[in-house]
Amino acid sequence: MTPLVLQPQSEAELGQMVRAAQGPVSLRGGGTRGVAYGPGTVLETAGLSGITLYEPGALTLVAGAGTPLAEVEAVLVAQGQRLAFEAPDLRRALQRQGVSTLGGVVATNASGPRRVQAGAARDHLIGVRFVDGMGTVVKSGGRVMKNVTGLDLVKLMAGSHGTLGVITQVAFKLQAVPECAVTLQTQVPLSAGLGLLRRALGSPFEVSGAAYGPFGAALRVEGMEASVRYRAAALKALLGGDWVETAGDALWAGVRDAHGLDDGALWRVSCKPTAAEGVVGALAGVAHQATFDWGGGLIWIAVQGVGDAGAALIRGAVAGVGHATLMRGRGAAAFAPEAAGVAALSRALRAQFDPKGILNAGIMG
Amino acid sequence: MDMPLPDQRIVNARDGLIARLRGVLPADAVISDPAETRAYECDALAAYRCAPLAVVLPRTTAEVSAVLRLCSQMGVKVVPRGAGTSLAGGSFPTADCVVLGVARMNAVIETDYDNRFIRVQTGRTNLAVTGAVEADGWFYAPDPSSQLACAIAGNIAMNSGGAHCLKYGVTTNNLLGVTIVLMSGEVVEVGGPWSDAPGLDLLGVICGSEGQLGVVTEAYLRILPKPEGARPVLMGFSSNEVAGACVADIIRAGLLPVAIEFMDRPCIRACEDFAKAGYPDCEALLIVEVEGSPAEIDAQLARIKDIALRHDPVAYRESGSEEESRKIWLGRKSAFGAMGQIADYMCLDGTIPVSELPYVLRRIAEMSAAVGLSVANVFHAGDGNMHPLILYNANKPGDLELCEALGADILKLCVEVGGCLTGEHGVGVEKRDLMTVQFNPADLEAQLRVKDVFDPAWLLNPAKVFPLDVTASRRAS
Ligand SMILES: Cc1cc2nc3c(=O)[nH]c(=O)nc-3n(C[C@H](O)[C@H](O)[C@@H](O)COP(=O)(O)OP(=O)(O)OC[C@H]3O[C@@H](n4cnc5c(N)ncnc54)[C@H](O)[C@@H]3O)c2cc1C
Ligand SMILES: Cc1cc2nc3c(=O)[nH]c(=O)nc-3n(C[C@H](O)[C@H](O)[C@H](O)COP(=O)(O)OP(=O)(O)OC[C@H]3O[C@@H](n4cnc5c(N)ncnc54)[C@H](O)[C@@H]3O)c2cc1C
Repeated sequence: MTPLVLQPQSEAELGQMVRAAQGPVSLRGGGTRGVAYGPGTVLETAGLSGITLYEPGALTLVAGAGTPLAEVEAVLVAQGQRLAFEAPDLRRALQRQGVSTLGGVVATNASGPRRVQAGAARDHLIGVRFVDGMGTVVKSGGRVMKNVTGLDLVKLMAGSHGTLGVITQVAFKLQAVPECAVTLQTQVPLSAGLGLLRRALGSPFEVSGAAYGPFGAALRVEGMEASVRYRAAALKALLGGDWVETAGDALWAGVRDAHGLDDGALWRVSCKPTAAEGVVGALAGVAHQATFDWGGGLIWIAVQGVGDAGAALIRGAVAGVGHATLMRGRGAAAFAPEAAGVAALSRALRAQFDPKGILNAGIMG
Repeated sequence: MDMPLPDQRIVNARDGLIARLRGVLPADAVISDPAETRAYECDALAAYRCAPLAVVLPRTTAEVSAVLRLCSQMGVKVVPRGAGTSLAGGSFPTADCVVLGVARMNAVIETDYDNRFIRVQTGRTNLAVTGAVEADGWFYAPDPSSQLACAIAGNIAMNSGGAHCLKYGVTTNNLLGVTIVLMSGEVVEVGGPWSDAPGLDLLGVICGSEGQLGVVTEAYLRILPKPEGARPVLMGFSSNEVAGACVADIIRAGLLPVAIEFMDRPCIRACEDFAKAGYPDCEALLIVEVEGSPAEIDAQLARIKDIALRHDPVAYRESGSEEESRKIWLGRKSAFGAMGQIADYMCLDGTIPVSELPYVLRRIAEMSAAVGLSVANVFHAGDGNMHPLILYNANKPGDLELCEALGADILKLCVEVGGCLTGEHGVGVEKRDLMTVQFNPADLEAQLRVKDVFDPAWLLNPAKVFPLDVTASRRAS
């Protein structure tokens, strides 16, 4: 008899389970984040847990995909290191509970405010192992920082939302936690605020956070104390106006985790930074709240009281300058429809890696 | 190195092919005179040469599409080419192929500082991308040593790195979008001046695909504001082990230099003789460069000096001027040229975990002594990307073979200690037959499936990257 939930304890066992699967399999990391799971038998990766290699001197970590993110973060912090891409914790925003896993982070390419300076999860991922839809174990990349050997399936797996394979192991490059961080804040209207963020990102002062929200415009600089002091002062001089210095930890966690956007549907919009204002402008007349990250390149929007969750307005406004994912709510497809050429390639790739069409079936189109 | 036998049916139909190419391209875009195609017979892996059937040099994406559609219909193989500086034989032609060069496609399409990107045609050279934005205080970060010559097309295809990628990442971390023409002639836009793909990250697998998936004609590249300043420091050590330990301590301390370059004694000697940079006479040398305002640089270098002094350096020289900075980099930058003066050389490109540096250098010295060929090491130490240069004599029968065998053994060593065959130069034909050292059949099969999707008839850049026996059935059908 098939158990209700598949809980492989090893990569090999996972391979057998997928090989034997007669119908769709719905992948779960630690979390329970409804929208993006496929139908079918639930498969949990929690058994594929544990850090297999951590070399602080080489800034490298290798761990099972089911390893809780929090566990990894605790181990790294003890050595003064971190995952630089600041993976969001969206439990509150998505109204879910559970434990974020490394596999889930990779499968969604989950990346926070520091992306503007340090890159996304995909940019720090240096190796993966996964089980494809036929139950075959595949590896790509490894544990070294520079590697161009063969096609880069590591990047392809990042953000594949479980539709190409079940990730079993991931390798990350790490960053040292800098000794100092300063946040600058100023209260200005949206348009001026976004302009300030873009100017700051266009300066040589290495801004590692550039957000706009109810808190106004906020910038973050990190590094050695003397350097941070210098750059904070240089930014103030460059941008003018009244800036206050804050510790900023709570502010950036809130931006990262999409706090304060609890009502209605929740959108995550990736766009050309200068297009951000127009995208939100398209919602004039509809109740909504927005937070801008990445200097305007990422917008979190909560929308209330429209049947399609605001999809027509938002996707219409972002056409040609980005795309929008529906993270919470109903009334529209979660993932943005892709242009025909890209969609055909993506479909063909999924058919190659998962010919039975069983892994998180249909969630990405 | 084996190449498949050319397809005689195609070779015999050469005249017809050229006539049809002239039908879809302007007259000056098709080169068929053997005297003129000679320049395209090899790339920087010059030991291998082969004349293609013809060379086409289109100027637009539409022309590229027309060529690919035609070749696809006729079953003719196509080898994409940028500037031909590949060290791996990536743009090495076959006798039954058309070389498609993008060198004439070198325009800047759009520059947007507000959104921090530049959009270019991919035939533009790496340095000319920075050149287009430099006056306004911006630059394009990936900086291969070949940047004066190499094209963005080749950079994307090889996912090239450079001396400063420790801080800024390699090509894939600085690429936002591409226009790619599939072998069928279909033009597909992937990505754009925003972050993230709406679905699968096709851009991620296109970058570094060595011309296997399509011809990239345009690209959105991330540009960055230029740092206020940069300053290198040079340190000499009494052994490779000590220099390696110093590198590990710098990284461990959380300092993020933009570059940490390593040279061993044979390399220091050769560079000194060639460039007279005034390098100290020692076993191992590090060049560490940091960026920022003068005060920030002082602060960072103070920390680095603390660490270095703990390892008893035999020399420690901080640059005090532009001229001194230039001199510190001079020897390093002329390393390849210096080697070329004293012998023929083969440049390897494996990556190893940084912690394995001392062990791997010791093993390379032993292996080199056993074979009787000298090896000089110059590499990006911060990320473990090694460039052992094996010196040999091309005129001495058997020497090239000996050199290739030693090269293969060194790359196997890299894989054995947890590293890989190539960190930035790519597989090409050079490392094709070693792929099974790093990947098992299932790993390779997954890569072939990606190729199947983009180029189902296996006509693009044939006989590269994947071992011939692994691809035999696909190439036959
Ligand atoms: C529609 C949607 C899109 C999202 N996009 C983003 C985003 O672009 N950026 C961002 O920062 N956060 C994104 N998230 C949030 C992201 O899911 C969490 O931040 C992530 O870290 C949750 O980890 P988890 O272990 O709880 O994963 P889960 O919630 O268990 O899983 C997340 C997704 O990954 C799949 N998955 C989990 N483990 C594996 C595995 N080992 N192998 C293969 N697939 C696996 C799941 O099936 C699911 O589709 C998205 C969430 C949803 C619902
Ligand atoms: C002296 C010297 C120093 C070097 N230093 C470095 C270095 O520091 N770092 C580094 O990473 N590399 C270095 N290289 C290697 C080389 O310069 C890079 O690999 C470079 O990116 C190749 O660019 P190219 O335009 O010359 O490409 P080519 O040699 O023409 O082609 C390289 C590959 O790209 C493919 N290709 C070309 N154009 C396209 C296209 N339009 N679409 C799809 N595929 C295409 C080709 O088929 C081939 O597989 C060096 C080379 C030399 C000779």
